[in-house]
Amino acid sequence: MSEEPFEPKIVGFLCNWCSYRAADLAGTSRIKYAPNIRTLRVMCSGRVDPTFVLKALAQGADGVMIAGCHPGECHYLEQNYKTMRRFGMLKHTLRALGIEEERVRLQWASAAEGVQLAAAINEMVEQIRRLGPLHWSGNWSEDGERLEAIEKLAEEHAQAMEVPA
Amino acid sequence: MGSRKGSETVSERVGVYICHCGSNIAGKVDVESLAKWAGENLEGVVVSRDYKFMCSSLGQELIEEDIKKEGLTRVVVGACSPHLHEKTFRRACANAGLNPYLFQMASIREQVSWVTADKDLADAKARALIAGAVKRVVYQEPLQPTEVPVNPNTLVVGGGIAGIQAALELADAGYHVYMVEREPSIGGHMAQFDKTFPTLDCSACILTPKMSEVGQHENITLISYAEVEEVTGFVGSFHARLRKKARYVKEEDCTGCGICIEKCPKKVIDDVFEAGLGKRKAIYRPFPQAVPKYPVLDRENCTYFLKGTCKACEKFCPTNAIDFEQQDTYLDLDVGNIILATGFDAFDATRIPQYGYGRLANVFTSLEFERLCNAAGPTDGKIVLRDGVTEPKSIAVVHCVGSRDQHHHPYCSAVCCMAALKFGHLVMEKTSAAVTSFYIDLRTPAKGYEEFYDRLLEEGMHFVRGKVAEVTDAARLPGEEGKLIVQVEDTLLGKQRRLPVDMVILMTALEPRKDAREVGLRFGISCSMDGWFTERHPKLDPVATMTDGIFVAGVCQGPKDIPASVVQGAAAAARVGGMITKGTVLIEPIVATIHAEHCSGCRICNSLCPFNAIEFKEAEGVSYINAALCKGCGTCVAACPAGAISGAHFSNKQIFAEVEGLLFDAIRGNGAKALVAESVTA
Repeated sequence: MSEEPFEPKIVGFLCNWCSYRAADLAGTSRIKYAPNIRTLRVMCSGRVDPTFVLKALAQGADGVMIAGCHPGECHYLEQNYKTMRRFGMLKHTLRALGIEEERVRLQWASAAEGVQLAAAINEMVEQIRRLGPLHWSGNWSEDGERLEAIEKLAEEHAQAMEVPA
Repeated sequence: MGSRKGSETVSERVGVYICHCGSNIAGKVDVESLAKWAGENLEGVVVSRDYKFMCSSLGQELIEEDIKKEGLTRVVVGACSPHLHEKTFRRACANAGLNPYLFQMASIREQVSWVTADKDLADAKARALIAGAVKRVVYQEPLQPTEVPVNPNTLVVGGGIAGIQAALELADAGYHVYMVEREPSIGGHMAQFDKTFPTLDCSACILTPKMSEVGQHENITLISYAEVEEVTGFVGSFHARLRKKARYVKEEDCTGCGICIEKCPKKVIDDVFEAGLGKRKAIYRPFPQAVPKYPVLDRENCTYFLKGTCKACEKFCPTNAIDFEQQDTYLDLDVGNIILATGFDAFDATRIPQYGYGRLANVFTSLEFERLCNAAGPTDGKIVLRDGVTEPKSIAVVHCVGSRDQHHHPYCSAVCCMAALKFGHLVMEKTSAAVTSFYIDLRTPAKGYEEFYDRLLEEGMHFVRGKVAEVTDAARLPGEEGKLIVQVEDTLLGKQRRLPVDMVILMTALEPRKDAREVGLRFGISCSMDGWFTERHPKLDPVATMTDGIFVAGVCQGPKDIPASVVQGAAAAARVGGMITKGTVLIEPIVATIHAEHCSGCRICNSLCPFNAIEFKEAEGVSYINAALCKGCGTCVAACPAGAISGAHFSNKQIFAEVEGLLFDAIRGNGAKALVAESVTA
C-alpha cells in the first residue's frame, strides 16, 4: 500500500457538563477543527479511569484527551481535582512505558469555551502529527494478556490514589 | 437503508437511525452510505435507516414501529447532541416498550457535520462515532429512574424586580416562598431609578406596590440582610443554610417609626443606594419605602461601636427594639426548588481613566445620574453639577462605557442606549441644557423603543456617532475654558471633533456580580466566560440551569431591561410551579453501586465523594453508597482498586466497548489489518 499522510487518531473523554457542552457550542458556532478527535461522553472527568486511556492507546489511538470543567467549576464540586491528581500519576506511568507525555492531554474547557476547546484540539492534533504514529497496539499480544497487563497497571494506580482525606 | 440478520456473537438486535437534520448533517456527511455501512459492518445491527428529521413525530414512529416489528432490543440514533434530543428518543423507545436506557445517541451534527471542513473526513468521523455507539449500546442495561417528592416551598435569592416577580407569581399560586435579600431592603437596582423607558413611568411608583406586596404576602417569608451560605441536597429537596446578619434591631419589637434614624447623630456617605451622592445615618433604611421597614445599624460607622458611647437610638426607641448585643444568626430552610435572581454590579468607571471619572468632578456615572434625576434623591430631582447648585447648560452622554469594548466587556449591556435616551428626555424636560449622545450604534429593538428614539430626535437631542476618545478639562481652543471637552471622531462626518460641555454622563456597563462565580459554585451552576449564569439552553430553556431544581432570572443570566427581567422572573416561577403541581420528580438512575462481595473495605472511595454518599459499614467491613446522595460522577468507580464499584450507564464494559468502536479503523500492530475487517469476517 502506498504511504498515506499520517492522520492521528485521538480519543477524547469529555465531561457531560462543561467540555462536552463546549464541543456542542463549537458545533453550534460552526467552528471548524481537526476531525481527528473522536469523542466519548462521561459524566465527569473524574470517571476517566487510567485504564480507559491505556485501553485507547492499546487499541490504536495515537493520543488521548481528557477534558473537564475548570478547577473550581466542577459540576460535582471538586472531582476534576481528582482527575488532575490521577493525571499526574498517569503521566508518570506513561513515561515508564516509554510513551511521549504529549500524547495524553488534560484540557479544561467550560461550557462557554467552544473556541478554546477547538483550538486545543487543533494544537494537540498537530503535536501528535509531529510525534508520528504510536503503534503501541503492536506491543500487546492478542491472546488476552493485554487486558491483564492493563488491569495490573490500573491496580497500581488505584493504590497510588490512596491519599489520606 | 439496509437490513441484515443479527450476528451470531451479539445476541442483541440493534437498530441504527441516521438523521439528515435537513441539510445540517446531510450537507456534509453522506448519510445514506453511513446507514448502509452501519447495517453491513457493525455487529448486531439488524435495521439501519436514514431519515430527513429523526426528531419529527414520523421519525420517532419509525423507531417505535421497528422496535415492535423487528424486535429491536437496542437503539442508536446518529443526530444532534444528546443534550438536545436524548429525551425525545428515550421517550420514543419507552413508548414502544423498550427501556429508555437501552438507547444511545451519537452526535454527528455538533461533533461532525458542523465542525468538519472536509466531507470524506466527516464521513470517517461519523462512522467512528456510530461504531462507538453501537458497540456500547449492546452492553447497556435497563435502568429505572427513582421518583422523589418535591418540597412545595421555594427559595428565591435576590429581591430585585426579577426575584420579586418570581416570588409573587408563586405566592399568588398558593405556594410558600422564602425570599432572601443581601441588602437591608428588597427593590434592587430598579428602586434607585427615576423613570423607566420608554413609557417614563416613575420607577418607584410601579415597583413599591410590588415590594410591599412581597412584605405583606401571607405566602412569602422575607429574610433581608441575609445570605445563603450553603446549599445541599438535590431537586425536590434542597437544604439551604442562611446567615442572617445582625441588624442590631429586634424585628419583632420594631414598629418602623424611624425615630432612631432621626436621632442618630452620625452621617455617612451612602455608597450603595445613593451611589455616593447622598448621605445616610449610621442606623438607616436605604430609602423611605424600604421593605422590610426595619432599619439596620451599620456597625462600622456607629459611634457606640467605635467609641463606646452614644446609644442615642436606644435611648429614643419607644419600643426598646435596639439590641447592641445582637449576633448573626443561622437559619435552615428546606425547599424543593431555588430561583437565583442576584442581579448585576455597575461597571467601575475609574477603570477607563481617559474618561476622567473620579478625577473630573462633573463626570457622572449613569447610576449617579439616576439618583440626581430622582425626586427622592440627594438633590430632590434637580439636575445640577457636583457643586450642588449650578445647572448645566450642556450635557454629553457617552455610550458603551465598559461595554462593546475588547479591553473590558465584549458584550452589549442592552439597556444603556434606551437609558441614555431617557436621560436626554429628562434633561430637556427639567432644564434648558443641550444634550448630545455619543454612540457607536443605537440599539432600540423592543416594543415602543424605536418610537421613543424618534421622539427624542424630534425633541432635539443631538447624536454624534463615534466612540469617545477622551474627556478632558485641558482647554485648547477659545470657548473651552472651564468646560469638560469631549474628544471624539465623528464617524459620519469622518473628522475629529471637540465638544465643550458642562457635564458628562458615562453609560456604564452592567457586569456580573463580583461574587457570581462563587455563588454559582455554591448552588452548583456555572457561569459563561463573561461571568453571567449559564442557562440550560440559550433559546429554548432560558431560565433553567444544568442543575435540576435551580433556576435563574433577570440580569444575573445576562444583560436585560426591566420588562425582560419580569418575564424571566415569571417564567422561572412557572417552571417551579409546574414541578410543585406535579408533586414528584424523576431522578436519573445514573448512580454508583458497591458490590459488597468484591469490596475489600479499603475505604479509598470514602474520601473521594464530595457528597458524602459513601459510608463505611464497620460491622460488615465494606463501604456502601447511598443512592439518594450519589450524583453519578463516577470518580469512585474509576478509583476502586478491586473493581467493586459499578457506575450505572457508564460501566467499564460500556466505555471499553465505545473506545473500541471509536477506533474501529485504527491499525493494530505494525500496519496489520483494521479492526473493522476482523469484526466483519468474524
